[in-house]
Amino acid sequence: MKKWVALFVVILIIGTIFSGTLAEIKARGKLIIGTEPTFPPFEYVSENNEIVGFDIDIAQRIADELGVKLEIQNLPFDSLIPALMSDKIDLIVAGMTITEKRAKVIDFSIPYFNANQAIVVRGDEDFKPVKLDDLKGKKVAVQLGTTGDLVVSDIKEIKVTRFQKFTDAFLELENKRVDAVVLDEAVANAYVKTFPKFIISAVIDTGEKYGIGVKKGNKELLDFVNSVLSNMFKSPYDLLVEKWFEETK
Amino acid sequence: MEAISVVITNLPFLLLGAWDTLKLTFFSVLIGLVLGTFIGMGRLSKIKVINIPSTVYVEFLRGTPLLVQISIVYFGLPQLGIQLQAYPAAIVALGLNSGAYIAEIVRAGIQSIPKGQYEAARSLGLTHWQAMRYIILPQAFKNILPALGNEFITLTKDSSLASVIGVTELMRRGQFVITRTFQTFSIYFGIALIYFVMTFTISRIVRYVEKRMAVA
Repeated sequence: MKKWVALFVVILIIGTIFSGTLAEIKARGKLIIGTEPTFPPFEYVSENNEIVGFDIDIAQRIADELGVKLEIQNLPFDSLIPALMSDKIDLIVAGMTITEKRAKVIDFSIPYFNANQAIVVRGDEDFKPVKLDDLKGKKVAVQLGTTGDLVVSDIKEIKVTRFQKFTDAFLELENKRVDAVVLDEAVANAYVKTFPKFIISAVIDTGEKYGIGVKKGNKELLDFVNSVLSNMFKSPYDLLVEKWFEETK
Repeated sequence: MEAISVVITNLPFLLLGAWDTLKLTFFSVLIGLVLGTFIGMGRLSKIKVINIPSTVYVEFLRGTPLLVQISIVYFGLPQLGIQLQAYPAAIVALGLNSGAYIAEIVRAGIQSIPKGQYEAARSLGLTHWQAMRYIILPQAFKNILPALGNEFITLTKDSSLASVIGVTELMRRGQFVITRTFQTFSIYFGIALIYFVMTFTISRIVRYVEKRMAVA
């Protein structure tokens, strides 16, 4: 038994040696990010078979600042963290909410988007929940591993069905096997726009935010990502303030 | 109507995925056939160092989910310093898996040939390998063809599991189209049809080969 534990530890140590440091990324000339391109408008596959979206533009910015090409590895959402840990990718840029559990295994950048959750229901029915507690005793569909999954799973009285794709969760709602779908507001908005038979009955401010995932301990890359993000947040006005007041300090 | 047109407009995109599915299946079958033939013979060997590992291989790969095997090859092997891209990782996992099933088919095939054939071959002065190569395996192959065809069809469908490591085969491309168009049902139906066309074609080809061999 001890032998196996020792072997496992050795394997883990070997695994950590091959991490994507900043120097390594520059040397190979490309930044590899992992994303699940089934999450519009953050990331999805366009008609030209290109992965595009809000997150991709952020990732492109990081690659540009590094002076390297951007390579996008498409993976299912729940495969992203394993991929980061096994050095398949350098960063997770996938509208991933910063959670305590995830932060135990990977590092997160500074937050870059509010992960408010929308409760979506069938428009032609009376059931119009306005808060998460209204879902008690109801059946709710979510996308596996997303913030929606986390918030409804916290309430024991809710019967949760989890799907790989949020579109499958909506199919479940359409087939009346669940009473509501809980998912990220931005994604819900895009869907409801296409299918007005569903409505958003409430938006819940979870106080949770999206972050970019970096392999644990890769501080150099994390700092770099953080600096790119904080520069993006600065308005031209902020830059002027910085130029004229802070730099002269 | 929109449901049908969405499948038609995205057909080229989906067919590229179908082509990837076919390639994935083809290379996996190739690995599976080679592995399966040797391991199937190994299962019948009286030499323990050949027989036991062959049995362990078959039992282990048949007894664990393919989804888990794919994940181990893609996410687990890097821990040992072996980095495989998604596509080769999928081929390796599918090939190893089908090797186990084909081994059992081959074993059954060899056992279906009367023992007297092997004994006669040996008494004519053929070595074990010659007897296998020229007398037993060709006859066994004819017998196991329907079972092999079944395995090819299963593998074609199972290759959709490669989507969990990001291989953009038919299933994964379908998911992309769904999130772009939100037409969940019609796209899944379209994918099912494409899979059916592929497996039905394979089944017809196997049937054709079977008939040709029956004449020979």
